[in-house]
Amino acid sequence: MRVLLRTCGELSVTCGLVMLLFCGYLLWGTGGYTEWYQQQVKRHLHDAAGSGRSGGLRRVHLGDAVALLRIPRLGRDYEYAVLEGVTPQDLRRGPGHYPGTALPGRRGNFVVSGHRTTYGAPFNRIDELRRGDALVVDTEDARYTYRVTGTEIVSPAEVDVIAPVPGRPDRPPDRAMITLTTCHPEYSARQRLIVHGVLAGTTRR
Amino acid sequence: MYGWIWRRLPGGPAARLLTALVLVALAGVVLWYLVFPMLEPHVPVDRVTVGT
Repeated sequence: MRVLLRTCGELSVTCGLVMLLFCGYLLWGTGGYTEWYQQQVKRHLHDAAGSGRSGGLRRVHLGDAVALLRIPRLGRDYEYAVLEGVTPQDLRRGPGHYPGTALPGRRGNFVVSGHRTTYGAPFNRIDELRRGDALVVDTEDARYTYRVTGTEIVSPAEVDVIAPVPGRPDRPPDRAMITLTTCHPEYSARQRLIVHGVLAGTTRR
Repeated sequence: MYGWIWRRLPGGPAARLLTALVLVALAGVVLWYLVFPMLEPHVPVDRVTVGT
């Protein structure tokens, strides 16, 4: 009996330790691949940087990426390559562009999803964004500057937020919008945090 | 359980300690690089898309 109890205790403690280790993995282990992938994309960018200037903007070579997203409010170094696709596999590489939604600068809604706590947590701090903050989206043709128009917290089933006109799925779009989606609250899948913005300026390369 | 394993380890206390540490590290590596990556997609901690 005593041996049985002791073995039970030992197994329980072991399970606890394994779960702790798993939490550590979610927070720090998952980010390794994301960082590696993002660095690959950025290396391309730096290679292209020396290849000339046009229109005052540095050239960018995006490779597989759809765009380069920078958010000055979240720091001078805040820069992520946005990849195409939002499957769990896609999102391991970095923020993902929703297939079928508008491309950067185009009329409609450019929707980007990113992890909040795992895989490098690119969208960890987008709750700090305020109305008027810049979301700078670089593509190979142009730099599009969006301005944040508002944030909302919605249920995971709320697909209207990614409609061409957010919240009005029946309306045709008349301007270029951006929408960022991530999970809310942190470490949860209960709700989604949504940031909307509207195109405020375009600079051609 | 751990007592049973400890008694089965060969050598003196120092050698046993070393073997035990290696075994623990091995278990950690297997968990971190094999088990956790397989487990992670099924744990809903960071779902970021809508409508799926």
